[in-house]
Amino acid sequence: MAVLLDYQHVEISFNGNSVVHDVSFQLHPGEILGLVGESGSGKSTLIKAAMGLLGSSGMVTKGDIWFEGKNLPDLSDTEMRHICGEKIGMIFQDCGASLSPIRTIGEQIVESLAAHRKVDVAEAKATAMELFDKLNFKDGERVWSSYPFELSGGMNQRAGIAIAMLMNPTVLMADEPTSALDVAVQRQVVEEMLNVREVFGTAIIIVTHDIGVVSAMADSILVLQDGNVMEYGKAGDVLEKPQNDYTKKLLSAVPRLRRG
Amino acid sequence: MDHVSFSVCPGEILGVVGESGSGKSTIAKLITRQIDPTTGRIEIDGQDVTKLSGRALIPVYAKIQMVFQSPAGSFDPRRTLGDGICESLRNKGVPKAEREAKARSLLEQCGLPGEFLERYPHQVSGGQCQRAAIARALMCDPRVLIFDEATSALDVTVQKQIIELLQQLQKEKKLAYLFICHNLALVQQFCDRVVVLYDGKIVEQGMPDEVILCPQSDYAKRLVDAIF
Repeated sequence: MAVLLDYQHVEISFNGNSVVHDVSFQLHPGEILGLVGESGSGKSTLIKAAMGLLGSSGMVTKGDIWFEGKNLPDLSDTEMRHICGEKIGMIFQDCGASLSPIRTIGEQIVESLAAHRKVDVAEAKATAMELFDKLNFKDGERVWSSYPFELSGGMNQRAGIAIAMLMNPTVLMADEPTSALDVAVQRQVVEEMLNVREVFGTAIIIVTHDIGVVSAMADSILVLQDGNVMEYGKAGDVLEKPQNDYTKKLLSAVPRLRRG
Repeated sequence: MDHVSFSVCPGEILGVVGESGSGKSTIAKLITRQIDPTTGRIEIDGQDVTKLSGRALIPVYAKIQMVFQSPAGSFDPRRTLGDGICESLRNKGVPKAEREAKARSLLEQCGLPGEFLERYPHQVSGGQCQRAAIARALMCDPRVLIFDEATSALDVTVQKQIIELLQQLQKEKKLAYLFICHNLALVQQFCDRVVVLYDGKIVEQGMPDEVILCPQSDYAKRLVDAIF
């Protein structure tokens, strides 16, 4: 199968100290890849590298990140603007906080569409409503005219997913998208992401420390510790028959619900 | 909160679960008298503490101590861990050598070397800081410890170590725990009894396995179903 996003021997450094070492993986169309590890393992850093979000002190010091024949770390800001948001979407831990508190969701949708193409409000609204419909939003009209503080945490997160899907990107990067939510709401957001893959065929990289979330949605899993790949393979293999000592330790530490 | 009644027995671990806004942390605030109930009574060791204030609360606080979600946030960043741990005994007028010796011994029981007394919160990891916070809570020999999401901010491998430490301390010191936690699987592993809160009301209480294997209330059913 064709490879959509290809990390080849990526090393990432902050102020000259390397924090991610020699990481390679491939993302295929429609695949959901879970990047798991504990705090400081480098999982968020890996996806930020593809989005050019490492900040002024961080950079990719070795290796390549190939996407549509281009090596992302080599691209100029102008070129990146055509990829970020348009071809690779991103959602964050707390979408409520990454939205502007003083504008309605609708205004922000118009703004994010206008960043990529010429669009008027009516057209933007029609696009958004069609998308809300596909994502089974109960009351799209209300979401459109609400400020982020008027929506629940879970609804903000779903609105964030909808905004990321506006341009119909081929890849969706999700950085701890369920970690700030209650369990019942977590499930909704996981189902939302699975629905996105179902409807749009989007490939998703989900960064999380929550093994439960990964086991519910990932096709493949990459386990990181201190910036090194501990294990990479099919989700079933990694979860059921972990080979690596760290993976075994990590999985055994997760409290699991006994249902009898 | 509405008509919430429950009790914690000596040496028991009681879990309190529920989603955000259900009133879990409000329970901790009521018990520690940071807020006042409009009606109802809170008794600790047979003593009604609901109306106590000022100096009368000091002996009550010696029986009940808290461990918080963010360990680094619960220590003064400009003072050493030792300062924070010894504060309760310093306020009681215990001599320096004596309180430091006790702090050292408690730190060691919590799995940290005694020299951590000299460290500042930013010089230790989250798990180490939480161990120090547990030592701090044990300084005045409490009967009850309240944990408000005390392991939620920790990595799972560290969480496991802290839970093992809590189990061991509980056996040695015959402590009662009120364990506030949103992770039902962890509560099932760790607690003797569980109270399920929803919207300020107790919707269910019982042994964790009873509640999880055959939940009676709609909310508890939904909660159990939502877990991956």
